[in-house]
Amino acid sequence: MAIEFTLNGTLTSLEVDPAMPLLWAIREQTGLTGTKFGCGIGACGACTVHVDGTPVRSCSTPVESVAGREVTTIEGLAQNGELHPVQRAWIEHQVPQCGYCQSGMIMAVAAALEQNPRATDEDLQAAVTNICRCGTYQRIREAVQSITATTEASSV
Amino acid sequence: MSEHERPPVDEQAAETPTDESQEPSRLRKWSRRAFIGAGTLAGGGLVLGVGGVLFSPNRLRVMPDGSEGNGQLGTWIRITPDNRINVLIPHCEMGQGALTGVAMLCAEEMEADWQLVDIEQAPPEDIYANGYLVRAGLDEFGVKIPRWLERPLDYVSYKAMDMASIQTTGGSMSTRGTGQFGMRVAGAAAKLMLLDAGAEHFAVPVEELTARASRVTHEASGQSATFGELASLASTMKVPNGPPLKPRSAYRLVGTSQNRADIPGKVVGEAQYGIDVVVPDMVYATITAAPIPGGRLASLDPAPAMGMPGVLDVVQLEDAVAVVADGYWNASQALAALNPQFTDGGVGGVDTGAIRGMHATAIDDEGVGEAPESARIVTAEYCVPYLSHATMEPMVATARIANGRLEVWAGTQDPLSSRRVAARAADLDEEDVTLHNQQLGGGFGRRLPGTYDYIEQAVEIAKATSPRAVKLVWSREEDMCHGYFRPFVMSRQAGALDAEGRAVFWSHVYTGGFSDSMAARPVYGVDDLDVRSAGMPEHLRTGAWRSVASSQHGFFVESFVDEMAHAAGRDPVDFRRSMLDEEPRHAAVLERVAELSGWGTALPEGRARGVALVESFGSIVAQVAEVSVENGAIRVHHVYCAVDCGIAVNPQQALAQVQGGIIFGTSSALFHEITVQGGAPVQRNFPEYDMVRLNNAPLVSVAFVDSGASIGGLGEPGVPPVAPAIANAVYALTGQRLRDLPLRLA
Repeated sequence: MAIEFTLNGTLTSLEVDPAMPLLWAIREQTGLTGTKFGCGIGACGACTVHVDGTPVRSCSTPVESVAGREVTTIEGLAQNGELHPVQRAWIEHQVPQCGYCQSGMIMAVAAALEQNPRATDEDLQAAVTNICRCGTYQRIREAVQSITATTEASSV
Repeated sequence: MSEHERPPVDEQAAETPTDESQEPSRLRKWSRRAFIGAGTLAGGGLVLGVGGVLFSPNRLRVMPDGSEGNGQLGTWIRITPDNRINVLIPHCEMGQGALTGVAMLCAEEMEADWQLVDIEQAPPEDIYANGYLVRAGLDEFGVKIPRWLERPLDYVSYKAMDMASIQTTGGSMSTRGTGQFGMRVAGAAAKLMLLDAGAEHFAVPVEELTARASRVTHEASGQSATFGELASLASTMKVPNGPPLKPRSAYRLVGTSQNRADIPGKVVGEAQYGIDVVVPDMVYATITAAPIPGGRLASLDPAPAMGMPGVLDVVQLEDAVAVVADGYWNASQALAALNPQFTDGGVGGVDTGAIRGMHATAIDDEGVGEAPESARIVTAEYCVPYLSHATMEPMVATARIANGRLEVWAGTQDPLSSRRVAARAADLDEEDVTLHNQQLGGGFGRRLPGTYDYIEQAVEIAKATSPRAVKLVWSREEDMCHGYFRPFVMSRQAGALDAEGRAVFWSHVYTGGFSDSMAARPVYGVDDLDVRSAGMPEHLRTGAWRSVASSQHGFFVESFVDEMAHAAGRDPVDFRRSMLDEEPRHAAVLERVAELSGWGTALPEGRARGVALVESFGSIVAQVAEVSVENGAIRVHHVYCAVDCGIAVNPQQALAQVQGGIIFGTSSALFHEITVQGGAPVQRNFPEYDMVRLNNAPLVSVAFVDSGASIGGLGEPGVPPVAPAIANAVYALTGQRLRDLPLRLA
């Protein structure tokens, strides 16, 4: 039975085992490899995507559970050819090192800021529990602060 | 050091070209083992290379893959008529930003416009072997390394000389090795040839020309030409011997922060890692290997897997079983359905307690030096566990055997030796093997030479899937349990203090090899110093783990010096400083971190500071950790850090490496431990091998001390001081001296 969902704005239909984790369906069936495999048990967050705007760990989300829903991956975060503010801040602050965790990290941070555009450090660390083995946390904080500061400034 | 440093030139005379090397290249020696070669690009332009030990005249005809048609000689700089400069670097990118720094050193000497410089990773061909690693470890450049002669070579130099051909990224060596001793020379030589070309082109004396921003200018006449316009002519100029290098004071680019070229692709999901490789018609595999080192596959019934969805094959290796399927998920489901039986390698009864006992016995047998009679004698025993590298990307390799050739796609820290491993596994000549190196989802030593089991496995499985390619992906559990672990190491130390509270004797006996002794040796001036290895009882496979021996010895030595300070009733910073009269760079770094951290000033109730100072990989790093105890757990609030790495080539990247190293060190200090039960590693995934995350990542403040000394490494030196600084702070706070990692309060 085909499972249908919207992937980065495009209606997608996959003939796969309904229990297959969304991660592998995305990576191996649609060819979008920006979403990464880290642990397979939802512990590290490298596989984070948005399902209807909510961050989920796709390695432990059966693909059948996203039927009829909207899935966004790192490849779909930029809109109309413009990088998402988190992606821009990541370049400006030179956040990634090896970069392997950063697709998931960026998706988790983008969702957290969508939820709370004025997120403090404490809000951020409660919402984003992803692992970065290279240890880029300081720059993640600084990059996010640069975004929330802009939000503050523009709302004054 | 003189105004213009000159690399040593053992033989000033030009080499007589051999028959093979006459056209289109010419070659000059600039040291006993290294050469500058130059030639003309087929489409016009200059190609110039400086090579290490393997760059010899008859190698100039070796054309790397993809070089057909552009005349690339497998060397390091190309200048094309459109005025682009292409820098080829024999190192890989694993997030450390070294490619950018190395290219900056080249552009600096060359007077190139940084905006016109493109960076390319050199393909895995012998000609790119980075023999400069050896050189960077040897004190041949007038670089003062304190007490160098008393110390053996550092680990990577030792390993490098041990190997015939290497293309390693490790040992924090890219910038201080290739960059400092290769790329600067290449850039300087190219500049001289471009100036000579300008002199001929404008028919003016070369002394009247200047090179700047990829342009040669004759100010008197107002004439100028781009490097690109002069490149073809430059390629016919005399290749310089030992070109002079710029003095530090003339640097324009080095020392300024430049963005890394690999970052934009990493924020949009386009960067391609080993796990992202797609080869037409490929299949997927995952594997489980013998859980106990030395174990073999004893029996297996493949039937339960064979009927499962998407399963194509069950491949039995000597010590592992792999399932081949149409995707990773199906392969992993089928693998889980199997019940392979493995032998225990004769060590199935070993556990962590037994390993600890073996180490203690080894130290007992060696014996710690006996302290002379003195006012106060201090003794202590420390221990660190096996550690997994736990790169975020598990081990992955794709292999295809077809038409007598093997292709491998993998992320490795040494593509050349990876290719050799792959060729051996396939029983092919290296020339019949192509290795496509991919971006690394973390390295930290796990993808260094000697650790390519995942490549061997992929090649073995590819024999079964031939002519189809197979992508082998390890599960996290496989990755965690089949590491080349940071070794389990024990240290026993004895120290003696005189009546004035000065350390007069220090004996340090540790388990570990010869190559560890540099890290094990305290930098402090103690008259009677006795540092010895007790040999190395082994159980699990071990390898280099970010900062190698310094990761454990930083903890041992800096914990013990702290114990001596407290025994002497002295302030830990003052005590260290009093023993650094002969080491002004170390003293300055210690001073700087004390100032940065507000050492000695009051802290909020329930917090305390600890300090540590470690030199490793050519850089000196001091840290102060500020800790508290919350709900019975150690919390690290802030790590202050002072670094003397000589020159920070690309300051924002230098900072990134130190920031990251401190987090890496904090994770291991607080959480990491691979224990052994029934002969096998116990921890299998992140919950049992947890990492620092945003919610417990300390703030990090870093100050660079600009000593102007030779460039030091930075990938690793941020790691070693973290654990002892935290442990020393915990002692100051609680009075508990924690001598085992990870740090656990009683």
